[in-house]
Amino acid sequence: MPTLTRWFIKTALVYFILALMAGIFSAASDLPGIFPVYIHLLVEGWITLLIIGVVFWMFPKFSRDLPRGSEKLGWATYTLLNAGLLLRVVSEPISAIWNPPGYFWGILLVLSASLQWLGGMAFVINTWGRVKEK
Amino acid sequence: MPRLSGWFVRAALAYLAVGFTLGALILAEKGVSYAPMLWRYLPVHYELLLVGWLIQLALGVAFWILPRFPQGAPRGNEALIWLSFALLNLGIACVVAETVLSIQGLRLVGRAIESGGVLAFVWGSWRRVRPTVV
Repeated sequence: MPTLTRWFIKTALVYFILALMAGIFSAASDLPGIFPVYIHLLVEGWITLLIIGVVFWMFPKFSRDLPRGSEKLGWATYTLLNAGLLLRVVSEPISAIWNPPGYFWGILLVLSASLQWLGGMAFVINTWGRVKEK
Repeated sequence: MPRLSGWFVRAALAYLAVGFTLGALILAEKGVSYAPMLWRYLPVHYELLLVGWLIQLALGVAFWILPRFPQGAPRGNEALIWLSFALLNLGIACVVAETVLSIQGLRLVGRAIESGGVLAFVWGSWRRVRPTVV
């Protein structure tokens, strides 16, 4: 299993635990902004990162020289998705509680959205060429 | 991977790209409120990422890696799985169209068509879930 895949899968497992904790917290409190964090920890942090790690590992080879496509783009995917998701986990509840949109925490949400989007696009671009039919 | 899996996976990647884009726009709107009408498309974001990305990718990879039959068509009745692919995507289009085109009732029709697609997949794959000879 490639190093990058191990990072994706272990990080996904950590998100799985965090998601369950956020789910409990969400059910136990009325704090705004926690429920979307719970859903995204589960669907993006756990399921999607697990899928991306396995896809990077097991999809058909891109070429003999670059069997898994661009490793740099793979690491960029990992970094951008995690930075964006973690930023969201922090800024979404705080933004919902304390700040009207447009202030500091709101700007962090925009940054989080941008990072996650870039990470998603990096994954799609790096994977598209590995969808090879026999 | 077989041609049909390639179609499933490419469609899933395309839905991921569009779903992430919409999600990023909505999250940024939550941060700085630049286009409140984007919230109307939240159900489209869910649909594209849950059914279009996650479910479709799972079906495509399952068709690829489930045990093959030693005799006859190795992956069973492919026509049924092509039907599943067509119905699933038609269903997604209908569900999305209810929100985008404001046509009441299309979501119900879309869900029914998606269910038909999943039933076709289950029907076509059931016998492939079996022990393999090592």
